[in-house]
Amino acid sequence: MKHSAREEEWAGWMRNAMDGDAQAYHHFLTAVTPHLRAMARRRCDQFGAPASEAEDVVQEVLLAVHLKRGTWDPARPIGPWLSTIVRNKLIDSLRRRGRHVSVPIEDVMATLEAEAQVDALDRLDAEHMLERLKDPQRDIVRSISLEGAGVRETAERLKMSEGAVRVALHRALKSLATLYRSDGREDG
Amino acid sequence: MKTDDLINLMAQDAPVRMRLGRMMGLALLAGVAVSVAILVLTIGLRHNMSTVVETARVLFKVCVTLVLAITACRLVFQIGRPGVPVRTLALTLLVPAAMVVLAVAVELLVLPQQQWATSLIGGHPFFCMAFIPVLALAPLTGFLLALRAGAPGNPGLAGAAAGLAAGGIAAAVYAWHCPDDSPLFLATWYTIAIAVVTAIGFVAGRRLLRW
Repeated sequence: MKHSAREEEWAGWMRNAMDGDAQAYHHFLTAVTPHLRAMARRRCDQFGAPASEAEDVVQEVLLAVHLKRGTWDPARPIGPWLSTIVRNKLIDSLRRRGRHVSVPIEDVMATLEAEAQVDALDRLDAEHMLERLKDPQRDIVRSISLEGAGVRETAERLKMSEGAVRVALHRALKSLATLYRSDGREDG
Repeated sequence: MKTDDLINLMAQDAPVRMRLGRMMGLALLAGVAVSVAILVLTIGLRHNMSTVVETARVLFKVCVTLVLAITACRLVFQIGRPGVPVRTLALTLLVPAAMVVLAVAVELLVLPQQQWATSLIGGHPFFCMAFIPVLALAPLTGFLLALRAGAPGNPGLAGAAAGLAAGGIAAAVYAWHCPDDSPLFLATWYTIAIAVVTAIGFVAGRRLLRW
């Protein structure tokens, strides 16, 4: 990705996110996702795989970006970091689904630069992943993701400390990433 | 789960507890501290280090191991970061390698041929070969743990880099005890010991550093 205005914007959001700004992070993730979706769709179309599979790939790549965001050095441009992490995870995810691909890094960079307008697909098994989390992770995930509550609200509702909710939330996201990995292995 | 729900979830988990750079720094500090402590508390520093350090061979041994430790550490600090080119950093490893080749050549020139074998074997080759990996254990463990938070493109290579850096640190520490000074000794036994640690790092990296 060139050192564009968009890259500057994304980097700014990510910098604030790493310091704890949830809103900036939401902006970042929402901005990046359509590009990831376009990439995943194109790869899955090649294999005649259903679009729902592409959405699984999108989620897996998003989780990787999330869990590895501490590897970005804020003094460096965010484009090369994002392209590399997305490419590696994209290949990894598709390969585990039994789809052998090579993804040139230039393609990833080009897609991140281009405008992307692809509508999200609802996953039919929306609750599928949730069911496999343990309590209190599942309650916390349900409260925040499906009911749109914040950390503080969730803590009050579940009678937990905010810190405990944060820790459990972080663990839940790690578990989701692991679930995706083991899922793919069973299928592939 | 819908992707938008997942994004809501991740947004609430925005802050990063510890960045990779700081984790690697802590691993380095702890690894060096443990390694130095093991040397000092068990076999100790060389008793005449303050005087012999001025001789060319000892000075070279201390310097070249330090150069290896520094160049390999610089590499391992970046290898867990996606999108950071490490080729140039990897090429700097040729500096300590070239230093050893040069020192061996000079040693072969100044030393009479009948002393080559005794200088190469030295006094404690097997102890050196075994103790450097022991000293490397703490830094290697630290680097691998920290790199688990990283996202290396090639887990095996990242593990090998961690092994090389740990081996370099261990060699730089052991040099303060080692009574064998010939570059022939260093080029043989130190190299074998560091290669062993690097291989261990490679195998461990392939298992531990996938993400």
